[in-house]
Amino acid sequence: MVGGFLLAAVIAVPLGIAMGVYTPIEAFFEPFVSFARYLPASAFIPLLILWVGIGEAQKLTVIFIGCFFQLTLLIAMIVSGTRRDLVEAAYTLGCNDTGVICRVVLPGAAPDIAEALRQMLRLGWTYIIVAELIGASSGIGHMITDSHALMASDHIIAGIVVIGLVGLLSDLFFKKVNQHLFSWSLPR
Amino acid sequence: MSRLSIRDVSKIFPGHRRDTPPTQALLPVGLEVADNDFITVLGPSGCGKSTLLRLVAGLETPTIGEIRLDGTKIVGAGADRGVVFQSYTLFPWLNVRQNICFGLREKGMKLSEQREISDRFIAQVGLRGFEDHFPKQLSGGMQQRVAIARALANDPKILLLDEPFGALDNQTRVLMQELLLGIWEQAQKTVMFITHDIDEAIFMASRVVVFSARPGRIKAELAVDFPHPRHYTIKTSPEFMALKARLTEEIRVEAIAADH
Repeated sequence: MVGGFLLAAVIAVPLGIAMGVYTPIEAFFEPFVSFARYLPASAFIPLLILWVGIGEAQKLTVIFIGCFFQLTLLIAMIVSGTRRDLVEAAYTLGCNDTGVICRVVLPGAAPDIAEALRQMLRLGWTYIIVAELIGASSGIGHMITDSHALMASDHIIAGIVVIGLVGLLSDLFFKKVNQHLFSWSLPR
Repeated sequence: MSRLSIRDVSKIFPGHRRDTPPTQALLPVGLEVADNDFITVLGPSGCGKSTLLRLVAGLETPTIGEIRLDGTKIVGAGADRGVVFQSYTLFPWLNVRQNICFGLREKGMKLSEQREISDRFIAQVGLRGFEDHFPKQLSGGMQQRVAIARALANDPKILLLDEPFGALDNQTRVLMQELLLGIWEQAQKTVMFITHDIDEAIFMASRVVVFSARPGRIKAELAVDFPHPRHYTIKTSPEFMALKARLTEEIRVEAIAADH
C-alpha cells in the first residue's frame, strides 16, 4: 500500500513540477494525463487480477494508477501558480532559472504539494480497500468479503471501523508533520 | 558621468487576443541618470512609469531603443540592479536575515561575510531584534524595510523602487521616506524612485521627472536643490510649496487626460 503510494509520489512530484514550470513539457504530457485521470482505478482491478494476480503487486498497481495521474496534475497546477512577483524578485537578486526553481518555486510550492500528498493518501486508502474487496488474498477488505460470505455482520462493521480509524490516524499524522514543516505558511 | 542611460526607449505590449489592439505603454523616452543621483519619476497611475522601471530592471524588453548601465546594454534582470516592488515580495519561507542574504547566498558568499553584511543592513533599516522573524510576523512598513535592505545588501549599481510605500499608511510612509533618504545621504547610491505622490517625489529627489498620461513620455524635469541632510520640516517651507504647486498643476492636467 505504502509502496504504491510512494512510487506514485516519487514519479508524480518531479513530473508535475516539470509540467508546471516548462510549458512544452506540460503540452506533451497534459492530454494523456488528463485523460488517464478519469479512468477509475477500480475498473482496472479485473484486468490487474489477470495480469499480476491477487497478491501485493495488484494492490500496489491499483493505488499507483489511482493516485499517479491525479497527483501529477495537482502538482503541475500548484507549481504553475507560483507567485510571479517572487520569481521576478529572485531574478533581480541574481538568480538564474535553476536558482529560481530551487530557491523560489520549490519552497513556495512545498506546503501545497505536501497537502496534495495528504489528500492523495486518503484516496489511496480507499483504493486499497476496493482492491482487497474485489480480489486479494489478505487484508481488511479481504476479511470483510470473507465475513460477508459467513454473514458475520459484526466482523464487517468492525472492519469498517478499523478502516476509518487507520485512515483518520494516518491523515492526522500527515497533517501534523505538514504543520510542523511549513509553519511559515499557516495563517498568523 | 552618466551611469544609467535610457535612449529613445519605447514599449508596446501586444494585444492578448488577435482582436485586441496592442497597447503603447511608453512613447520614446530618453533619460540620463548621473552617478549617485536620486531621481523620482512622478506620474498619474497607468502612465507607464512602472513599465520604464521594469525595462531598466530587465523584467521587460524594450520594443525600440536601448538602456545602458555603465555603458553596458541591459539584457534581462541581474544583481547589479536592485529592485523594491510595490507588493510585498519577501520570501515567506525565509526569515528576515535569510531574506536579506538571499542574493549574497546566490553569489556563493561565505556565511561569515553574509552575516556581517546582513547585520549592517538590519541595523541600518532599524530591524535589530527581528532577524529571526518571518514576513508574516512583520507589518507592511517593516516588510518594505527588509525589502530595501535585501536590495541594498547585494550592493547594486542602481536601486530601483516602484512605489514601494504605496500600500503603507500615511504616517508610516513619511517615516519610510526619511529612512530611505537617510540611507541615501550616508551611502551614496544611484536611485530611481517611481511614485504618484507629489510630496514624496519632491522630498527625496535631486531631480523630479514628470510623466504624461498614457502613452507615457517625459513631460517635464525639475531640479530640487534643497540641501542635504533634509529634515521633514522642509515640506512646509515656501520653496517646497512652490515646487509642489507647480508639480500639482502638471500632474493634474495629466490625470484629467488619463481619465478621459
